[in-house]
Amino acid sequence: MKPAFEEGGKLHKLYWVWDGFETFLFTPGHATERGAHIRDGIDLKRTMAMVITALLPCLLFGIWNVGHQHYLALGELTGPGDGFWPKVGFGALKVLPIVVVSYAVGLGVEFLFCVIKGHSIQEGFLVSGMLIPLIMPVDVPLWQVAVGTAFAVLIGKEVFGGTGMNVMNVALTARAFLFFAYPTMMSGDKVWVSTDLSAGQHLVDGFSGATSLGNAATGHVDRIVSFMDSFWGIEAGSIGETSAFACLLGAAFLLITGIGSWRIMLSMLLGGAGMAWLFNLIGANDYMAIPWYHQLVLGGFAFGMVFMATDPVTAAQTNTGKWIYGFLTGLLAILIRVVNPAYPEGVMLAILFMNVMAPLIDHFVVQANIGRRLKRAAVAA
Amino acid sequence: MSKTIRIRKGLNIRLKGEAEKVLVQADPPRSVAIKPTDFHGLTPKLLVKPGDPVKAGTPLFFDKYKERVLFTSPVSGEVADVVRGDKRRILEVRLLADTTTQFEDFGAADPSTLNRETIIQKLLKSGCWPLVRQRPFDIVADPDQEPKAIFVSAFDSAPLAPDLDFVIRNQREDFQAGLDALAKLTRGRVHLNVSPHSTAREFLDARNVQHNTLDGPHPAGNVGVQIHHIDPINKGELVWFCYPQDVVIIGRLFRTGRFDAVRTVAVTGSEARNPKYHRTLIGAPLAGLIGEVDGHTRIVNGGPLTGEKDGREGYLGFYTTQITLLPEGDHPKFFLTEGWMGPGFNKFSASHSYPTWLMPGKQYALDTNQNGEERAFVMTGQYEKVFPFDIYPVHLLKAILVNDIDQMEKLGLYEVAPEDFALCEFVCTSKINSQSMVRDGLDTLKKETT
Repeated sequence: MKPAFEEGGKLHKLYWVWDGFETFLFTPGHATERGAHIRDGIDLKRTMAMVITALLPCLLFGIWNVGHQHYLALGELTGPGDGFWPKVGFGALKVLPIVVVSYAVGLGVEFLFCVIKGHSIQEGFLVSGMLIPLIMPVDVPLWQVAVGTAFAVLIGKEVFGGTGMNVMNVALTARAFLFFAYPTMMSGDKVWVSTDLSAGQHLVDGFSGATSLGNAATGHVDRIVSFMDSFWGIEAGSIGETSAFACLLGAAFLLITGIGSWRIMLSMLLGGAGMAWLFNLIGANDYMAIPWYHQLVLGGFAFGMVFMATDPVTAAQTNTGKWIYGFLTGLLAILIRVVNPAYPEGVMLAILFMNVMAPLIDHFVVQANIGRRLKRAAVAA
Repeated sequence: MSKTIRIRKGLNIRLKGEAEKVLVQADPPRSVAIKPTDFHGLTPKLLVKPGDPVKAGTPLFFDKYKERVLFTSPVSGEVADVVRGDKRRILEVRLLADTTTQFEDFGAADPSTLNRETIIQKLLKSGCWPLVRQRPFDIVADPDQEPKAIFVSAFDSAPLAPDLDFVIRNQREDFQAGLDALAKLTRGRVHLNVSPHSTAREFLDARNVQHNTLDGPHPAGNVGVQIHHIDPINKGELVWFCYPQDVVIIGRLFRTGRFDAVRTVAVTGSEARNPKYHRTLIGAPLAGLIGEVDGHTRIVNGGPLTGEKDGREGYLGFYTTQITLLPEGDHPKFFLTEGWMGPGFNKFSASHSYPTWLMPGKQYALDTNQNGEERAFVMTGQYEKVFPFDIYPVHLLKAILVNDIDQMEKLGLYEVAPEDFALCEFVCTSKINSQSMVRDGLDTLKKETT
């Protein structure tokens, strides 16, 4: 079959698509020619596979929680232990189509670009394709997922040269695009809990459908769910972001394998906790008075900290830079969340903003290194 | 007066096939070759033609741009052939050796009684000079300049590297004479660097040098790391370095008046049937050292991270002290069994993405597969973990990629050589060939600054 894709073959135009599938199934027999004759066992495919593994707890919990929130809205099976399979079944029917659309559209655009530009298919989207569904509200229309994904891959990544070259996190670019293009479908209180009703079902009285942060932003701080519910993730929110516990499992996996940066995670945690603690001290309103540890498990903070801010391509690259970048990301996320009433959640915007700032941070860190070297030379001379 | 420096960053790759501490007296080689390609950046001018008789120490070619630097024959006999490559570039000067070696006499003398210029003259004429090399640029030293210091690394921390404590045995006087000669070449210090595990009295009792101890994983034994931590190179400064076995050859020149290019070479690697040490000559044929090998074996003229790919018909390099035999890895690997999604119980990784990090004593028979395709830089912080310099390696490589000479200088290119990036290249997720990039950068910088 391969000859059809080789130079001169009928399907040569699709060579890179073929190459993508072939190298997916078989690590190619490329032997080293120059330099080190032996190489580390890790490659980008395995790295990406590790990140997807780390995302699985969030995905699985998200599927259950979508079902759980739905049944809560109906007033049926309200205990977390009740009706596991109906909830998972309902959640899977809601979530998996979004995953499929995200991958199909994203990989489609990626393949198209590789064919046009004649370069091999790179693995970046394997992770982005999983991140995008996890940061969508469950009731987002599939066509919007498709448009957002296509926008993110095209404008967020391919125009910069593909995997490894993008300035901003691809998945967050998709979400930000939808957030500003279709605000009614990405915020408010209609989209976070699926309220599809079949015959004979009806919503319970007083159902709101807003997230904890949505409630807080509109002044209903009292409606924020408890710390433990928020930690386990039993609340309304984007599909994969609600459970801080699932994010911690993912974080543990990323840190043990050495793929996620502990510097960014820790410094973002410190930044967020520090800012929230400062608000506790000020305590000018009910929102500021939410305990700092509670702020950290609400909304997308944990998810953003573990999976978004740590994206190595868009984060700061130097170790010193990572500390600064993470700390400021955490600080800004809580600042936007609490102070800016227009945006109930600040994590997405904080990370995107710091993505843009990361090269500047690195620039100063590297300049400091150059300065040290020049100073050393001056002392020697 | 001895300093201990702790190196925290680095990586020891545990490979199978370390050489057993047995010294085999190899048969005197019949055929020997000196390869101008061993000397980076050299433009050789031939002084002999096929059929010419030579003695050990007779010049074969010289450096077109430094005519005093001669490259001499390690054996007596006749010139058999000059092998040329593309554009008539000289690849090898092959020699047919006599059964008993006749030496040119350069006159024995105690180096401590000679002045600097006489010592340099002797080294140049005998062909010992190219054993002395310089940083920056990692090339043969320039006899018209004076370095601020000379470094001798008395331990090799690279995977499967020869144990220099074993290699140096019974050569105390030669080694000391060599150090005495080197000491005359600089007004600065001669640094002799050992590891805390070094036991050879030849090193520990050496005189006329500054002793330093470097403790830590590979690349603590790399001379570049040692220079960086002891006496770093600033722009415009020069440091020379010399391997211990080469110091011994220099010492022999002063004690006997001969260019006696005998050295000990370790045959290592998981495919070596008999991993042992061999006493042989610079330029000896590989076939005689490695014996029979399986057809699907990578023969490396040097260590697994920095050596040159070679064939059975190849010859020992001028600086080579190790031959490594590795399984060739040129077959595709199915992703679930031995590829990127496989369990990987036989894969070594600096990351913890394979379960083998839980088996700290395990030794590996790594093959030459790249284990993935080349990609753009994606992961960060990976190089920094194995790169014990106060230099940002990826930023430096990017400066090289865009050919920004000013940035290369500022980011510390003068302090590094390709071998210092060998571990970066090993651990790289994106499979970027950083050693050859560093070499390109050094070439560019050298062209622009001289």
